[in-house]
Amino acid sequence: MPDHLAAVPPQSRWMPRQAAGPGRAFVHRMRRNGGALLGVTLLAILGAVAVLSWVATPADPYTIAVERRFQGPSAAHPFGTDDLGRDVLSRVMVGTRISFGVASFVLAIASGLGVPLGVLSGYRGGWLDEIIMRASDIFLAFPSFLLAMAIVAALGSSLTNAVLALGIAWWPRYARLLRGQVLSVKQSLYVDAARAVGARDNRVLARHILPNCGAPLLVQLATDAGNAILITASLSFVGLGAKPPSPEWGFMVAQGRQFLLTAWWVPIFPGLAIATMVAAFLFMGDGLRDVLDPRLRGSST
Amino acid sequence: MTLYVARRLVSLGFVLLGMSVLTFTLSRVIPADPAAAAAGFHATAEQVAQYRREMGLDQPLHAQYLRYMTGIVLHGDLGRSILNQRPVVEDIATFLPASLELAMVSLILCVPLGIGLGTYTAVRAGRFSDAATRGFAVLGVSMPIFIVALLLQLVFYKALRWFPSGGRLGSEFAPPEAITGFLLVDTLLRGSWPMFVSAAHHIALPAATLAVANLAVITRMTRSSLLEVLSADYVRTARAKGLSESRVLRHALKNSLIPVVTVIGLQFASMIAYVFLVEHIFSWPGIGSYAVRAIVGLDFQPIMAITLLFSVIYVAVNFAVDLSYLALDPRIRY
Repeated sequence: MPDHLAAVPPQSRWMPRQAAGPGRAFVHRMRRNGGALLGVTLLAILGAVAVLSWVATPADPYTIAVERRFQGPSAAHPFGTDDLGRDVLSRVMVGTRISFGVASFVLAIASGLGVPLGVLSGYRGGWLDEIIMRASDIFLAFPSFLLAMAIVAALGSSLTNAVLALGIAWWPRYARLLRGQVLSVKQSLYVDAARAVGARDNRVLARHILPNCGAPLLVQLATDAGNAILITASLSFVGLGAKPPSPEWGFMVAQGRQFLLTAWWVPIFPGLAIATMVAAFLFMGDGLRDVLDPRLRGSST
Repeated sequence: MTLYVARRLVSLGFVLLGMSVLTFTLSRVIPADPAAAAAGFHATAEQVAQYRREMGLDQPLHAQYLRYMTGIVLHGDLGRSILNQRPVVEDIATFLPASLELAMVSLILCVPLGIGLGTYTAVRAGRFSDAATRGFAVLGVSMPIFIVALLLQLVFYKALRWFPSGGRLGSEFAPPEAITGFLLVDTLLRGSWPMFVSAAHHIALPAATLAVANLAVITRMTRSSLLEVLSADYVRTARAKGLSESRVLRHALKNSLIPVVTVIGLQFASMIAYVFLVEHIFSWPGIGSYAVRAIVGLDFQPIMAITLLFSVIYVAVNFAVDLSYLALDPRIRY
């Protein structure tokens, strides 16, 4: 947990030795960090694929053409065709934007619930803090895949509900993180100073406390993004997510699994796509942690 | 120390209570009507109403919750499955041993291997073999477990024909009467060598799949933790005293294993998710396959029971991990 981050005054954390702007120093460090660079590059490529999939795909991802079924990878169909003759590459491309959407919405729900609750908990303290933290204990006590599974079972299985379920299951992570940050930043001299000159709560929070919670939040978001994709794909895989004819990657693997022995390309390519995107987020998360937290620099695995 | 354990136990009780309320609430918002499902497709309205009364579903929610909890605490009653009409407790007793056997075999595979690989890469930090192992670790973490499973099936079942693609025992054998419920143990106890070989063959691929996913995490953790310890002052002192490198390593390894134990404990949560997926893929007749069937069939009693059961185990494991710190690190005093 990057609680100790706040022990370092924020200015020294961001300020590079060359006294360039903090933004430039950040870019400079990201560039020198091999993992981060790899992650960002991969994500840029995947992002481009996602955008491209709106504009054009090699073939229509939904058109069924039984006469073309189970064609192996070729120039015309680099990833082959599936049991209904659909072009696997085109479907994987459309799946890219679904996965980006899944990650964004899960994180938006989790942080949208968790961040305000965590800030409230840390800043107000007292019985409110106690209630919020005990509730988060309960949620954290569940393995998140299991809780998400139970929530989807209750809401009915669909990709939207899977995303919603995971967002709900994950809010305590963000509440905990923000609470810790706010608690430690609250103690710092400059917050006392701001109060002493008469700043109100809202102003202290908005101008002095929240901006200093950004870095750890960013790291957490990047790390969780890959996991969100992985877990949602897993939910889809057991039938608790996307429905036909969706080219959601986990669902494509589930559908293609029965053809593994005769047409391996149907389940394997979407599976590799998941692995690529998850690895990209993992690299970027590790890189961000290194870059934003000088004390961990060089110790990452 | 005693005070610490007592305090933890109290908060544990509170968490368990909260978990049971949450699971219970979830199970009651399930869109399907459990009474209608229990009564069957051709039931009349009166029959459904009668089932509703029998199952207590006509009572207010808090009364239903009390009834459910007293059932669990006093009679060990977790309700009845709608799909197969059996008590959920019996189903769990039938399916749990298979899952535990799978999880244990995979842990036996991956813990020593992971600690070994992690140590190796930490000692050789910066060299090619280190980079390669780290690459493998990242791959292992980001590769969805169901793809690992499918790749293993492609190689070891389709191409090499070394292992079967699913099931727990060859179809030529009748499963022996359960003694421990662990097929590998039971077949040996009964002295049936061919059956043991068949069971071992069947467990190989699913256990390996589970092991691959955990191996990556354990390797990563051992490496980074050992690297940190190796740069500590006392390690430098030990080296300065002229201790051999292997003795230095023995000093360092003990201290670096604390975070690894935590991770193995915490891995338990992902293990549960993995077990669900792996059992589903390899048609392993365990609790994961049972849970997936229940969820797809909207069978709410087993869903609730399994969520609760695994969560309680998870909480207990985390508690045990906390306590194990005391044994591993005498500096920690609560």
